[in-house]
Amino acid sequence: MRLVKRRWKDVRVGDFVRVLSNQIIPADILLLHTSDPNGVCHMETANLDGETNLKQRRVVPGFSTPGKPFQPQTFSSTVVCENPNNNLNVFKGYVERPDKRRTGFGIDSLLLRGCTVRNTDDAAGIVVYAGQETKSMLNNSGPRYKRSKIERKMNTDVLFCMLLLFFMCLIGALGHSIWLETFTTMPSYIVPDRNGNYTPSVLAGFYMFFTMIILLQVMIPVSLYVSIELVKMGQIFFITQDVELYDEELDSRVQCRALNITEDLGQIQYVFSDKTGTLTENKMVFRRCTIVGTEYRHDENAARLAVVSGANEEEEDTLYQQTKLPKLPLEELQDSHTGDKNHANTQVTAANRHRSRVAAGAQCDMAFSTPLETVVVPDRKLTLEVDRQMASILSGPYLDFFLALAICNTVVVSTVTAQRQRDKGRSNSDGSFHIMGQWFRKGSLRNVFSSMKFFKRDGETLADPFAKDEDEPDMFHSSDVSDSTTGQKVLSSEGEVKRSLSRTEEVCYEAHSPDEAALIHAAKAYGFTMVERTPYHVTVKLPDDTLLKFEVLDVLTFDSTRRRMSIIVRHPHTNEIIMYTKGADSAIMERLGNVFSDMSQVDNVAKQIAVKTQKDLDMYARDGLRTLCFAKKVISEKEFKAWFAIRQEALSAIDEKEERLMDTATNIENNFTLLGATGIEDRLQENVPETIQALRRAGMQVWVLTGDKPETAINIAYSCKLLDHEQDLVFTFSTNRKSVCKMRLEDTLGEVRRSSLSPGAEVQFRGNNSGFTLMEHSIGLVIDGPTLSMAMSDDLVEQFVELCKHCRAVLCCRVTPLQKSSVVKLIRQKLRVMTLAIGDGANDVNMIQAADVGIGVSGQEGMQAVMASDFAITRFKHLQRLLLVHGHWCYSRLANMVIYFFYKNVAYVNLLFWYQFYCGFSATAMIDYWLMILFNLLFTSAPPIMFGIMDREVSDSTLLSLPELYKTGQHSEGYRRSTFWIAILDAFYQSLVCFFIPYWTYNGSDIGIFSFGTPMNTVSLFTIILHLAIEIKSWTVVHWVIMIGSVLAYFIVTLAYSAICTSCNPPSNPYWIMHKQMADPMFYLVCTLTTVVALLPRYTLHVLRGTLAPSPHLGARQLERLPPSRREQRIREWRGLRDTCISPSLRSQEHSSSPCPTA
Amino acid sequence: MKNEGETTERPDNTAFTQQRLPAWQPILSAGIIIPGFLLIGLAFIGIGVGLFLTSQTIQVLEWDYTGIAKDSPCFSCTIPNTPNCTCEITFALSELFKGPIFFYYGLSNYYQNFRRYGVSKDYNQLTGDTQYFKSPQNFCFPFDFDSKKNPIVPCGAIANSMFNDTFELYQIINGTKKQVPLDGKGISWWTDYNLKYRNPVPVDGSFPKAFDGTVKPINWPKPAYELDLTDQNNNGFLNQDFLVWMRRSALPDFRKLYRRITEGDYSGGLPAGNYSLTVHYNYPVMSFDGKKKVVFSNVSWMGGKNDFLGIAYLVVGSLCVVMSVVMLIVYAKFKFSDDDV
Repeated sequence: MRLVKRRWKDVRVGDFVRVLSNQIIPADILLLHTSDPNGVCHMETANLDGETNLKQRRVVPGFSTPGKPFQPQTFSSTVVCENPNNNLNVFKGYVERPDKRRTGFGIDSLLLRGCTVRNTDDAAGIVVYAGQETKSMLNNSGPRYKRSKIERKMNTDVLFCMLLLFFMCLIGALGHSIWLETFTTMPSYIVPDRNGNYTPSVLAGFYMFFTMIILLQVMIPVSLYVSIELVKMGQIFFITQDVELYDEELDSRVQCRALNITEDLGQIQYVFSDKTGTLTENKMVFRRCTIVGTEYRHDENAARLAVVSGANEEEEDTLYQQTKLPKLPLEELQDSHTGDKNHANTQVTAANRHRSRVAAGAQCDMAFSTPLETVVVPDRKLTLEVDRQMASILSGPYLDFFLALAICNTVVVSTVTAQRQRDKGRSNSDGSFHIMGQWFRKGSLRNVFSSMKFFKRDGETLADPFAKDEDEPDMFHSSDVSDSTTGQKVLSSEGEVKRSLSRTEEVCYEAHSPDEAALIHAAKAYGFTMVERTPYHVTVKLPDDTLLKFEVLDVLTFDSTRRRMSIIVRHPHTNEIIMYTKGADSAIMERLGNVFSDMSQVDNVAKQIAVKTQKDLDMYARDGLRTLCFAKKVISEKEFKAWFAIRQEALSAIDEKEERLMDTATNIENNFTLLGATGIEDRLQENVPETIQALRRAGMQVWVLTGDKPETAINIAYSCKLLDHEQDLVFTFSTNRKSVCKMRLEDTLGEVRRSSLSPGAEVQFRGNNSGFTLMEHSIGLVIDGPTLSMAMSDDLVEQFVELCKHCRAVLCCRVTPLQKSSVVKLIRQKLRVMTLAIGDGANDVNMIQAADVGIGVSGQEGMQAVMASDFAITRFKHLQRLLLVHGHWCYSRLANMVIYFFYKNVAYVNLLFWYQFYCGFSATAMIDYWLMILFNLLFTSAPPIMFGIMDREVSDSTLLSLPELYKTGQHSEGYRRSTFWIAILDAFYQSLVCFFIPYWTYNGSDIGIFSFGTPMNTVSLFTIILHLAIEIKSWTVVHWVIMIGSVLAYFIVTLAYSAICTSCNPPSNPYWIMHKQMADPMFYLVCTLTTVVALLPRYTLHVLRGTLAPSPHLGARQLERLPPSRREQRIREWRGLRDTCISPSLRSQEHSSSPCPTA
Repeated sequence: MKNEGETTERPDNTAFTQQRLPAWQPILSAGIIIPGFLLIGLAFIGIGVGLFLTSQTIQVLEWDYTGIAKDSPCFSCTIPNTPNCTCEITFALSELFKGPIFFYYGLSNYYQNFRRYGVSKDYNQLTGDTQYFKSPQNFCFPFDFDSKKNPIVPCGAIANSMFNDTFELYQIINGTKKQVPLDGKGISWWTDYNLKYRNPVPVDGSFPKAFDGTVKPINWPKPAYELDLTDQNNNGFLNQDFLVWMRRSALPDFRKLYRRITEGDYSGGLPAGNYSLTVHYNYPVMSFDGKKKVVFSNVSWMGGKNDFLGIAYLVVGSLCVVMSVVMLIVYAKFKFSDDDV
């Protein structure tokens, strides 16, 4: 056997290919051999989906030949697999050996093209898909084409333009016919045919119709489409360049994946958000656990977490005191509650600092490995308990619990030797062993150090820093608890940390989900360290440094239907077959060994444990923790064998493999013994409440759709200010019966309608007492998945939508990905609103694709959401800037540009049209063709594009501080049908002026055709450019250069063209005309007068509108001129006025004194 | 630890990329607009007055000589088939008609801007390229070949329809006619005469020989090389009248320069007295309701007489002034809403 080097393009299906470490895989290869003794191969899929953790691939069962080189000659089986498809996570097929034995394989045996082999010296296999059929190529369908709202509207307006063109051509055709009819004998200027006959006038008119189309076709703004693309490219450039949207930690900017819907960002009315990873960090932090009914609070760990954030708060406080007057502690407390703007700002900076510090620790290029997540300070009580069991019996629920924590997962261990070696870049982490050790130590020491410092501070000042955060445990609440006790605790926990550190330095985990990472680190903190994982074994180091090597019999992977995963292992000491399971509480609790179901055989202890655990779980949920239950089951040898046979069959199945696998899993996963549960905190991302509030004030409805349970979801909703304890009237819908659902829906709707009826009275009330509006309840709706599907059934959907319209906030819990997308679709279609969906995980992909704008948060959960999205950001708070600033800018820029473009084309083309009335409708152009083409192509193309990219009516800071300004985009105020027609009318007016002033000036004189057209062309240019100048809101250097450059280009090109071309463009002869005109003072007089007359109405209108009915934007622009201190005050006033400015009648009384925002 | 210098993705923090370029953000405020309007208004009124007054100083004399009315002197020439018809227009000047005087002929309802008419000429012929004499370009159709397939030079409808009335102006002094010398030089564009149009190179020293094998345009009485019998250099494509005619008018009512009165006793203009204009009436316009006229005009810096522009400037200027007053009232009423804070 000899290996030959081949180019990628020569790789064919059926070839045997060997890939070495760090090489890129050339095709989709079914793995048949690896150098790894366990038959695994690691690959990095970052090229494919951006996920940086290593994926493990296994040789097709039964083909592994450890230690021997690959022998393709001996491979005589038939590989059967499914047709090529683009699903990166599903692949199925089987290998049929000569003796008809079939072995099934799945995605875990497939090496995907474009991925890189890591940690494996060589891997070999047979090519199953090559070239265009590979999964990665099939995934390269390119971004999906969405058409933005403006573009849809624009297309109808283009139709109007075509209609207009049609009528103009019709007028031309009729006019020509009639004109020809007026002659009894043909004059010498009408050209006959060869025989001296003239075309009949009707036929000539018919021909003229088409000639006119050619002459006036510029009316249809084809160049608009090109310009829009250019503008969007520019807009995207600026969005991605925004340094405020840059994430230092991930070193990534905002990504614009869809290139053509930037302006939709400025028109969003409904925001649908995922919770986990979007509103929250998705950095799971182990907080609490309950084991066999006993709850361990992990107060020390809580204190550590508090210290991480507390250290920042301390800094922030000092900062705050430096900038502001010194305050009494009481006031300080109040400030932090009222959320004063300054305060919020310093919080931002502090949080940023915190984040960057956290980021600084994460030099290892792995997911979920910041010290925040990895370091867990063990609970002292629990440690004692574990030690006791370790010392005495070497078994027991505590050990089982931690073993389950350590092994019931899919985490891959990377040790120093197995550390992936990369060829280049910042991810090179040679010798990460030392670095890791360092930052373990550093992190914990710093924590301890700061906590000490904090206690000291605590002792000195009476202000209680923890009182601010209500979620914190109250262990530090009373400063009477003497320093000695807390100090002792800290000391002990420090010792604990050291202890755990000394054991665990040499491993590095690569987890698929942050929950798993948090759990395995928690287990590690208690001394249960998983040190190795192969497909067949998993090795755990116990607290007493003994190694326990379990044989892995099977892994039942997680899926969203079962909501749990299990691992079946053989215990090395007892030889028992044990299944460890973890899963959502409902998924475990309902399958406990006859605890609740069979009341006759009540196992009192088990029942009590279950009840207690459930109680703890409820408490965790209330505290906003994510819960996971752990259970164990001992399987008898016989039972396992029987089950394993079925399992094998299912594994090798081709049809309905998924279902069969799931069935087998469900069959074995019952009769659990409950071990305990964990509470994992998913910390809220920074600035989430502020962002949600800003979006709200911008008129957006924010919905949160989550798969979490209602308690957790509601808790998060309150903490992120989606729901408000005081303001919101929250209705909760959760039922299993449709009739109940219907009744509730009707009741609520009735109630809502009653409260929102008689709006006139309400407005008056608000007007009189604006303070009262704050007290008024708005409506929040909490609905769970099953109820949601009922509410969305055909007969209830109208009422549901009606109710949703009234709700300020809607929270959907326990919804499936499909439901998420159907909710988005429902709202989008029924209410005809612009929707935005934001999410970070694979479960949000449907929703992201269903919405008008999909935003992916590139976070901890891989890249599927990002790949499906139109825009990808890294933090939820970026949404605020993306929508309120960039969205608004893009919208108003594009809307203005599109309107302007319509105007421009119509204004120019109409000049030619008016001329037809004076040339017998013969489609003569009085402007040289080349100049006409260049006029659109060169002289007037750059300014609108620049306008569309760079114009800025209101600065970003004002837009952020006055989110209300966003409403113009929502109501499509920038681009309406009326705006379009006004622009067209203005174009008609201007073209009339541009034609008739020169006409009356030159009529009866000896002016030649092109001498007549030249001033018109020039006037047109001035009018069109200055029209834009009126519209431009801020003039930067670029504006000046392009505007002046365009005018200069016109003169230079025209002069050059008419100087060079003596007769190069027959029949038109522009030679020397421009020069002759420019030597004539009349030319300048005509140009000046015409330009002024053409633009006077628009300019006057602008001025009058600015005075009589100033738009909110104008008000905002005036604010920007004020000194900063005054501005703050005005902005606050403005916000206060918002409520009183609702009715137009009230406004008219007030606008003399104050600029009210007109929504 | 992460190296600070390696953050490659970080956007440049420049004023341009962050859209923070220093910008001038004009807000239309009363302080600028009212004086602005007033200023423009006053300036326009000034220009308007200047234009109007200048226009008033320009003298224009104009006679329609189409001969539609029975009592008009040229009525007799409107009867078809009266070759070499001449008619005479007499007029009296009570005061000096200041020179230099431009003498135009004018046509109305004549669409030189008709598209198919406009393209009907061959630039290559007109630049003296004899190659195209034999095979005129298609643009000239149907005036490219005569019925015997002889190529027409100059081809095309424009040349074919060249205006061919001629005029002679006499001053009547004591009953005797004294011819007023008409200057036909330099009435066409300099660029047309010197750059754009070229005569063919004479063959064997004879200019007409260059036109061998071609025929004159159907409507022309004489071939191109005999357009001006008095001046050899004013023949062919460089004939001034031909050049003037070839420069097509933009509008159906137009005039074209015929001659200038700049020479001899009349360099200062036409003195008061009686004059007679003899018209050699050849060009038919009656069939399409056209009109012919002669125009005498002197010029100023702004060209010919043009009242419109002056009046337009005056009207727009006054409008601006009125507008500024209206604005002032509006602002007074709404208390300068941007200044009251």
